[in-house]
Amino acid sequence: MEFAELIKTPRADNVVLHRPFYLPVEGTLCLTGHHLIFSSRRQDNAEELWLLHSNIDSIEKRFVGSLGTIIIKCKDLRIIQLDIPGMEECLNIASSIEALSTLDSITLMYPFFYRPMFEIIEDGWRSFLPDQEFELLSSMTDEWRLSCINKEFSVCPSYPPVVIVPKSIDDEALRKVAMFRHGSRFPVLSYYHKKNGMVMMRSSQPLTGTNGRRCKEDEKLINATLRPGKRGYIIDTRSLNVAQQARAKGGGFEQEVHYPQWRRIHKCIERFNILQESLIKLVEACNDQSHNMDRWLSKLEASNWLTHIKEILTAACLAAQCIDREGASVLVHGTEGTDSTLQVTSLAQIILDPRCRTIRGFESLVVREWLQAGHPFQQRCAQSAYSNSKQKWEAPVFLLFLDCVWQILRQFPCSFEFNEQFLIMLFEHAYASQFGTFLGNNENERFKLKLPQKTMSLWSWVNRSEELSKFQNPLFEANSLVIWPSVAPQSLQLWEGVFLRWNRPSKFLDEAHEEMLNIINYNKELQAKVNALRRQLAEMETDDRMQENA
Amino acid sequence: VENVQLLDRLSSRKAAVGTLYLTATHVMFVENGSETRKETWVLHSQISSIEKQATTATGCPLLIRCKNFQVIQLVIPQERDCHDVYISLIRLARPVKYEELYCFSFNPKLDKEEREQGWKLVDLNEEYNRMGIPNNCWQLSDVNRDYGVCDSYPTEVYVPKSATAHIIVGSSKFRSRRRFPALSYYCKDKNASICRSSQPLSGFSARCLEDEQMLQAIRKANPGSDFLYVVDTRPKLNAMANRAAGKGYENEDNYSNIKFQFIGIENIHVMRNSLQKMLEVCELKSPSMSDFLWGLENSGWLKHIKAIMDAGIFIAKAVAEEGVSVLVHCSDGWDRTAQVCSVASLLLDPYYRTMKGFMVLIEKDWVSFGHKFNHRYGNLDGDPKEISPVIDQFIECVWQLMEQFPCAFEFNERFLIHIQHHIYSCQFGNFLCNSQKERQELKIQERTYSLWAHMWKNRADYLNPLYRSDHSQTQGTLHPQMAPCNFLYKFWSGMYNHFEKGLHPRQSVTDYLMAVKEETQQLEEELEVLGERLANLQKSQLNDNKVKSKQQDRSKQFGLSTSNKNLANTPQEYSHDLKSFPSRSPSQEDEDSALILTQDNLKSSDPDLSANSDQESGVEDLSCRSPSGGGCLPSEDSGKDSDEAVFLAV
Repeated sequence: MEFAELIKTPRADNVVLHRPFYLPVEGTLCLTGHHLIFSSRRQDNAEELWLLHSNIDSIEKRFVGSLGTIIIKCKDLRIIQLDIPGMEECLNIASSIEALSTLDSITLMYPFFYRPMFEIIEDGWRSFLPDQEFELLSSMTDEWRLSCINKEFSVCPSYPPVVIVPKSIDDEALRKVAMFRHGSRFPVLSYYHKKNGMVMMRSSQPLTGTNGRRCKEDEKLINATLRPGKRGYIIDTRSLNVAQQARAKGGGFEQEVHYPQWRRIHKCIERFNILQESLIKLVEACNDQSHNMDRWLSKLEASNWLTHIKEILTAACLAAQCIDREGASVLVHGTEGTDSTLQVTSLAQIILDPRCRTIRGFESLVVREWLQAGHPFQQRCAQSAYSNSKQKWEAPVFLLFLDCVWQILRQFPCSFEFNEQFLIMLFEHAYASQFGTFLGNNENERFKLKLPQKTMSLWSWVNRSEELSKFQNPLFEANSLVIWPSVAPQSLQLWEGVFLRWNRPSKFLDEAHEEMLNIINYNKELQAKVNALRRQLAEMETDDRMQENA
Repeated sequence: VENVQLLDRLSSRKAAVGTLYLTATHVMFVENGSETRKETWVLHSQISSIEKQATTATGCPLLIRCKNFQVIQLVIPQERDCHDVYISLIRLARPVKYEELYCFSFNPKLDKEEREQGWKLVDLNEEYNRMGIPNNCWQLSDVNRDYGVCDSYPTEVYVPKSATAHIIVGSSKFRSRRRFPALSYYCKDKNASICRSSQPLSGFSARCLEDEQMLQAIRKANPGSDFLYVVDTRPKLNAMANRAAGKGYENEDNYSNIKFQFIGIENIHVMRNSLQKMLEVCELKSPSMSDFLWGLENSGWLKHIKAIMDAGIFIAKAVAEEGVSVLVHCSDGWDRTAQVCSVASLLLDPYYRTMKGFMVLIEKDWVSFGHKFNHRYGNLDGDPKEISPVIDQFIECVWQLMEQFPCAFEFNERFLIHIQHHIYSCQFGNFLCNSQKERQELKIQERTYSLWAHMWKNRADYLNPLYRSDHSQTQGTLHPQMAPCNFLYKFWSGMYNHFEKGLHPRQSVTDYLMAVKEETQQLEEELEVLGERLANLQKSQLNDNKVKSKQQDRSKQFGLSTSNKNLANTPQEYSHDLKSFPSRSPSQEDEDSALILTQDNLKSSDPDLSANSDQESGVEDLSCRSPSGGGCLPSEDSGKDSDEAVFLAV
């Protein structure tokens, strides 16, 4: 297919762009296969807006006489309005945008066409390999092994080719365990807590069904992670009720009789359309232009977004607490083990492991616990808050995770190497990107699409010093401790940087940030000067002494 | 009383056991245990209510709610002891004479001269001079010397030059409590003024020529403008109801060239109830997100804050953008009027956003113009219906502005919280009584100390590191966003949950930046010293080892990284369903919980929050620290069995 077929009017002049808090700008609108480009004609202040079609969540059009107006709502929650003279042009452009923003073939997406304009220093596709992770683990413990059982994605289609499992469990046993777990997602290592040797594993639900099926290998596998005489916790991200209902569909949970060394705790993290609807309601509330204080708070409440944040954070804190404070190992799962499970395991690591609070470490966490762990990004991030499609598989699971990270970052502003912008950037790229990183639903699909060969990795771009500097937190001071966030409602706030980003002027806050940078940079500058002077003095002093001695 | 338990409201972790002492001025709780011996001090004047609850197996619970939003829950083993404590506290918390208040016994060991200097720190005459008053339109009137015209006004009042004593007295007779229109703020650049008064006694048709002349005089004192705004800060309905009582509001037909405007701020009773509702939400034990947001919304608190802000913004706009003078009043002109005038002044004049300027602002709009501190904040036992968080709301408005304009204020959040604390503490004389007249009669300045001097001495703790006097946010008028602004006003947990340290960000950007700035200053000094040394050395090629020793000193002094790492914390209660295992080994005091015990996040200015805590032994303000306390190990509360069903049902 040629994109040109979809573009009947590639260019329109005298288009007026409206954005909140900016004066309307007149300019030229161009459509390409992957972008909507608006450039203002003004010589003194030329301005260009590039918008990926894949970033467009929905469009609306209306006409007043022959003047058409298109309202474009983006997945990054921005809303812009374009006034296009000429009814035909407007209709053509609207239908092109509609078609181009809903391409159904992944290989037509921009990452397959994008050619980087920067020098690639490090191939991001090779930055975070499981082998490196295992090497690190091996330096701390020898109780685990790297299994290649899933090499051809033959055992579990949503797992990566290699996984870390207890040394004492052979591949044959793993195969049996896989039969006993939903989607074959058998328990694998998620995190090793160096301080006390406790571990966090994740899996999907066991297929116990109504008649209480059991699997000896499964029991053996997870018991292999326990120290003699110790017990562990199973954190089921579903309520007991939901977990019991799952039995009717062949799923279920670990029964006490068969897992006597494990204590099960049920948490209630919502999934799928409940989350998507929550996002839609929240964004609607944030975009509400009325001045009524009352309605704002009740709408915020009705969206339930912060309730979800609280639930997820609480479950993650609980997992971290079991590991660090109770000295117990933990197994986390929900139903499929691809959504709430990953929210819990990844957030627990941020709480426990200082490495995950660095830029590199956080990237590695996203790769391990989300991409390789098989979070179906393609499905979950297909649409955002403005879409009318309402597909069951769409859900802001990853955005909720990022929001939770932001909540912790807000409570520990000096303990993270990255800043809020870094999290916002990841949100944007998960939904629409020139990079292939978030395409596909799992490693299997990415492998089939040959993404590492055909597209550029987000990490190749991010991990260059010119980009990194934008994402660094100037307040960062390495903090080797476990950080326990507060999950009280008073401590949780709306993430304004995402949800009010386009609805509030940020001038004064930006100025404050700049001021902060100035203070810190000036300090660093002085430190460098003082050090240089000291060195110079010391040199002169030794020279002196040598002269004296001579 | 011995063997008293101090419960932690936030988590059900084991209560602290200790001894309760009652002194003439404080309630004091000293924890048992040899090493830490944590102390909690509460001033009697901070106690807002005491509640004796039904006796349980462990003892008799006593709940003490404080005016600075601290809540203390004690369990006293013997019913009789509890009753005695209860009766004593009820009496102690409600003094009947000013002389019983703490400021008359508080002695910071300053001599007489220092005390006098302290009171001179804020000088209102100087402040009017700074505004450019007196000038050819405005003058100081001595009409109220000896409080002859209005006993709740100051003796020195600024009025338009054309307003004769006859006009003023005539106008005062037509105003509630004779609070005639007087100058609050003058904007030199625009010649526009903000004046304040009480409501006119207009009833349904009454007029007063002198009052009309008074308003005309105010309008004419601003030659550039042909009209005057009259802002009634009450809801229209309330103002109309007042007419039946012979009071009311200005009739536009009777006054020449005024534009009359209602801005509905609710009365003190509505505000008191609203705060009460919000505090109930803050006190909820492990509330859900919905409980909290619903409760916050139902309290209406943020809506009221917004109403006050809107009024202030309206007036600031009239003065700065239209150059029109404004007369503000409510009913008596000492509550809403004070709030609105001071918010408007704060928006208009960067001076009030400095530490000194803010002190001046409170002295000017609140203390001197007869805001009834004693009645509103219940310093002496009085009518509970007079109590209302009027100045608390103003202080919160300032905080809301600080959130929106992080570089605009010289002071930080701690400054506001400490001022709020001392409005209730009665440790300093500034906020005693209901009027200047009463304070003069009590000879406050000779018998007590000034808070401002005390805070000024510790000003380093109150600095906003982002403030720079040449920054654009510190120039001219602040323009808060008007629309859509519903989400701009936020719950202030730093104030209303101040004592629940566990709820706050665990690392303070402000403290971090202050430490960086302090280090920067040291570096600057060292740079200079090093530069000199280098020059000397180059000249004389002489050895100097002193530099080296100095640099070592410096690195010792500034453990930047350590001081911030100390802000690590302990986990709170994430789940009630974490059952403890029999095999569980006792949790050792590990590093992150141990750190908080040594943590010293309280600044030197804090001790007086709990007042005269044992400063000699270096035991600082423990009342702040105790509720969140040290190592709160989750394993201690893991025995909680609220979700036992989960396990049993399996």
